[in-house]
Amino acid sequence: MLGYILRRCLAVIPVMLLVAVFVFLLLRLTPGDPAAIIAGDMATPAQLERIREAMGLNQPLHIQFVTWVGRLLQGDLGVSLISNTPVSAMIADRVGPTFSIAILTIIISVVLAVPMGVLAAWKHRSGADYAVMTFSVLGFSVPVFVVGYLFILVFSLQLGWFPVQGYTPLAQGLGAFLSNAILPALTLSTIYVALIARMTRANMLEVLGEDYIRTARAKGAPERTVLFRHALRNAAVPILTVIGTGFALLIGGVVVTETVFNIPGIGRLTVDAILARDYPVIQAMILLTSFLYVLVNLLIDLSYSLFDPRIRY
Amino acid sequence: MFKTRNHNDAPVVLQTSGLTVSLPETPGNLKVLKSIDVTIRHSETVCLVGESGSGKSVTSLAIMGLLPQALKVAGGSIQLQGRDLLPLSQAQMRDLRAARVAMIFQEPMTALNPVLRVGDQIMEVMELHTDLPAAERRRRAVAIMEQVHLPDVDRIFRSYPHQLSGGQRQRIMIAMALVLEPVLLIADEPTTALDVTTQKQILALIDELQQNHGTAVLFITHDMGVVAEIADTVYVMKRGEIVEHGPVDALLRQPRAEYTRQLLKAVPSLSPRPARPEADDAVLRVERLNKIYGGGGILRKLPQAHAAKDVGFTLSRGRTLGIVGESGSGKSTVARCIMRLIDPSSGRIMLDGSDIAGLSRAALRPHRKKLQVVFQDPMRSLNPRWTIAASLIEGPLNYGTSRADALAEAARLMDVVGLPQDALGRYPHQFSGGQRQRIAIARAVMMRPDVLVADEAVSALDVSVQAQVLDLLHQLQRDLEIAIVFITHDLRVAAQICDDVIVMQRGAVVEHGPASEVLAAPAHAYTRALIDAAPGRSWDFQNFREMPKVPHAEPA
Amino acid sequence: MAIPQPTSAMQPVLRWLRLPRLGVGTGIAAAILAVIVLLTLLSPWIAPHDPLTMNPLARLKGPIEGHPLGTDNFGRDILSRVLIGGRLSLIIGIATAAIAVLIGLVIGVVAGFFRTADAIIMRMMDALMAIPSILLAIALVALNGPSVGSVIAAITIPEIPRVVRLVRAVVLAAREEPYVEAAIALGTSMPKILVRHLVPNTLAPLIVQGTYILASAILTEAILSFLGAGVSTETPTWGNIMAEGRLFFRIKPELILYPGLALSLCILSINLLGDAARDMLDPRLKKRAG
Repeated sequence: MLGYILRRCLAVIPVMLLVAVFVFLLLRLTPGDPAAIIAGDMATPAQLERIREAMGLNQPLHIQFVTWVGRLLQGDLGVSLISNTPVSAMIADRVGPTFSIAILTIIISVVLAVPMGVLAAWKHRSGADYAVMTFSVLGFSVPVFVVGYLFILVFSLQLGWFPVQGYTPLAQGLGAFLSNAILPALTLSTIYVALIARMTRANMLEVLGEDYIRTARAKGAPERTVLFRHALRNAAVPILTVIGTGFALLIGGVVVTETVFNIPGIGRLTVDAILARDYPVIQAMILLTSFLYVLVNLLIDLSYSLFDPRIRY
Repeated sequence: MFKTRNHNDAPVVLQTSGLTVSLPETPGNLKVLKSIDVTIRHSETVCLVGESGSGKSVTSLAIMGLLPQALKVAGGSIQLQGRDLLPLSQAQMRDLRAARVAMIFQEPMTALNPVLRVGDQIMEVMELHTDLPAAERRRRAVAIMEQVHLPDVDRIFRSYPHQLSGGQRQRIMIAMALVLEPVLLIADEPTTALDVTTQKQILALIDELQQNHGTAVLFITHDMGVVAEIADTVYVMKRGEIVEHGPVDALLRQPRAEYTRQLLKAVPSLSPRPARPEADDAVLRVERLNKIYGGGGILRKLPQAHAAKDVGFTLSRGRTLGIVGESGSGKSTVARCIMRLIDPSSGRIMLDGSDIAGLSRAALRPHRKKLQVVFQDPMRSLNPRWTIAASLIEGPLNYGTSRADALAEAARLMDVVGLPQDALGRYPHQFSGGQRQRIAIARAVMMRPDVLVADEAVSALDVSVQAQVLDLLHQLQRDLEIAIVFITHDLRVAAQICDDVIVMQRGAVVEHGPASEVLAAPAHAYTRALIDAAPGRSWDFQNFREMPKVPHAEPA
Repeated sequence: MAIPQPTSAMQPVLRWLRLPRLGVGTGIAAAILAVIVLLTLLSPWIAPHDPLTMNPLARLKGPIEGHPLGTDNFGRDILSRVLIGGRLSLIIGIATAAIAVLIGLVIGVVAGFFRTADAIIMRMMDALMAIPSILLAIALVALNGPSVGSVIAAITIPEIPRVVRLVRAVVLAAREEPYVEAAIALGTSMPKILVRHLVPNTLAPLIVQGTYILASAILTEAILSFLGAGVSTETPTWGNIMAEGRLFFRIKPELILYPGLALSLCILSINLLGDAARDMLDPRLKKRAG
């Protein structure tokens, strides 16, 4: 068991290293002078030279990479070219709102989506099934920011239930936090709910056709037992997997949602950095979100054995 | 010979009358079952026998109230101890299942929930139907597990299904079915997926439990051998109808319906056919063939599996060698090594005088022609996107035959394998399993091979179709002098077509010799166990009588 | 006796129309998509105004004479902009889907067939999948400039790993099929087996996946534009029309809602057609596509 966990963790290292290489090459392999791209069209030669110097762009590629990774390992994410503050400090400042909204989103999504998927599969081809499938395909099709603006229009501007935009930290009370966070979280949930509900339905449908479900019914088990005790646990692994891979959607969604709702989170930070070509911040953000994705999926991988005894080592 | 118990005075447990099941959503309201009348009495075993598509499984599911959604009961009644089940509500039916009528299924591998411990799955039956306290539930679960002769009950109680063998899982299923002492047990092909030796044990177990508890058993099977072993009464089904029924002895001795006679005639005899004269020209010689899987691994040593150990044999032109064994015996590994679909770990494979065991892909190409294969699964052995013609001429085109010549040969072979000419332009899904297997054979024969490897080539087919395909192989072999390596788990099939037989167990050859000796007078204990386990071995189905007594050579 | 199954009241109607159950939805989706494609393709001829002509006298007007959907903050005709805006969105989507499927097919076949390449390719795909696609895309556009080509490249690259995985899975499954082994026994060469037996198996899943990529690419283009990292605003797209409308959202939500509606309808109909294609081509795909 421990050996298995260790091996899974070790297997993550090459992936992370490759992510680092990709992120590193992203700027270096762009056609043209990286310093010029960063500095923009109006830069003087002296400014360009200063940027090259600051980023070590005059050195050979592999030296640059090793230096960069070496600093990363020491927790040094570099310094912003625009504000001259350390990137790690900038991220620490902005991570709170993003995390709280992301967690709220995950809770809302799982709580809504799994029962929806189970219902749709159980009542296959019924009105409930079509309703869930319609919602799910809509969730994939309406862009997050359109959903966000619709919610603002209806719930904030017309009904006046929630503030239009902005963010209140959880420290200032749950009510204040929720009144600001609920719309962004719901907005972000639409696509995630769509994804999980669809996956739950597909896998439940498959599991419900299995022989052991027939066995359970032949035992005289009521439908509730068949669905939750026998079917859902067997469908759990692919559902967990999609929750993990859907995490990438969540990160993308965060960026958009924070823009729509004017939330000072790391999504907004990243967009601003990209638009301002603040390269150290871009590098750090892409790298950190990718690592987070890899870690989340590693944890989900390791949790499989809780649901399926066949996955043991 | 057969069970001769008389149940005529025993109380009726189940009676279906005029049971009709239809597919309401099809044009013409297609009938899947047409007026089925079955009566089962206390402690009687009724066998429902038929080929695939005969409706025997639908009958059992209808009794359980577990028909798939597309099927509806259109008429008739199902009386369980005098009470009609059809008008009952879902909840009332649930109360009956497992408590009064229990069921076990064909695939023990998939019939148990893989994520729950088997002990919990047995106890669940009691949770659903009784108010017994947990300790008592546990005690009874352990007791029934002992009754089905599971070893090491404490450990198995806590095991998950994947940690048990197929036979153990089927025992768990039986324990689960019988723990509440139902009056009727429905067993739907419960031994079909098991090896013969395991099958024998499970049949004996069902029989024993039935004697002890007086349970009525409805046993569904396609295997006449199994019928001869266990039935009191037999119902023969064909396309949703019962064509004949009666006591087992009468039905096997004097079948009245033509269809029953056909079915019985198609059961291959266990007595080996005489071998053909030995020829000298060895076309395939295998020497000390080994295949070892696994080993290696970067972070830890992976376990090794010795799938074939020092296998060797010689096969001459025009003869058939059978490789017989249960699942995991390594027989298919040997076949795949000979075909060079996998690479042998060591040993020699002499094909027409040259060793092909170590040849590279390119060097192997000229030899491929001489060695062809027919696989088990007729559904997957033809490319579904290709016409039959395209599949047949693929090989000859590879070796430079012109398209016109190849097509002419394909057309000729259609006649030989008994398919119409227009079959060439059609696609695999338009053919039945038996027809596809004929096409696969034709595809192999197109290459004029010296050796044909048939890997369980008739195992997926119904007996009547099986007999036709075996005839075809026999005829081709006679006309073309092909040597055949026939891999099978079925001793009856082996007896019918093999000149020589190899018996394999756990990767090793335990016995090798002429079929007439190995199958009639086995020297090795494992071979004897296999033959002993063959169901209905003392009945000559084709001639409706007992097997002539052969002197059974006991080891000295 | 069986679990009672609610039947839809529509069923007799569907049967009469000789359509399968989901047929009506699919038909409507196809019709909507056809209308959208026609309108956007013909937009240079049917748009009532030039989408770039500003009119300082008619800013942020509601529906008025000659401007059925009103005007934006520069007095430009919203209807014309939405019609013209769809062109580039669709072109980017189609180009992305085609390129991603082609590149993914080649890499996926290589990974599925050559064991030595497989490990390396799949680790690279894992890494590429780990990078959040939206972030990767905006970074690529920000670095390469807001041209149509760089937007297509930016959206295509993150889509490739999914195609590779799908193709690889199909090839791996297909090479175990007895008919492929039979072809080996018939002396068919490996390249021939690849092209004639294995690649055709990827066709159906790729059509389905390509449809989903088309939808997702149009969506991503809109998000990029919305975040200010899309095609420059001189050429209207649904995304950058909405991006420009953000500032005036409270005064005139239509600036976002109309292009949003067009965009959503377009993606919705493509997704529905993708689902229909999946159900039709191969029901087993449901599992693989997950």
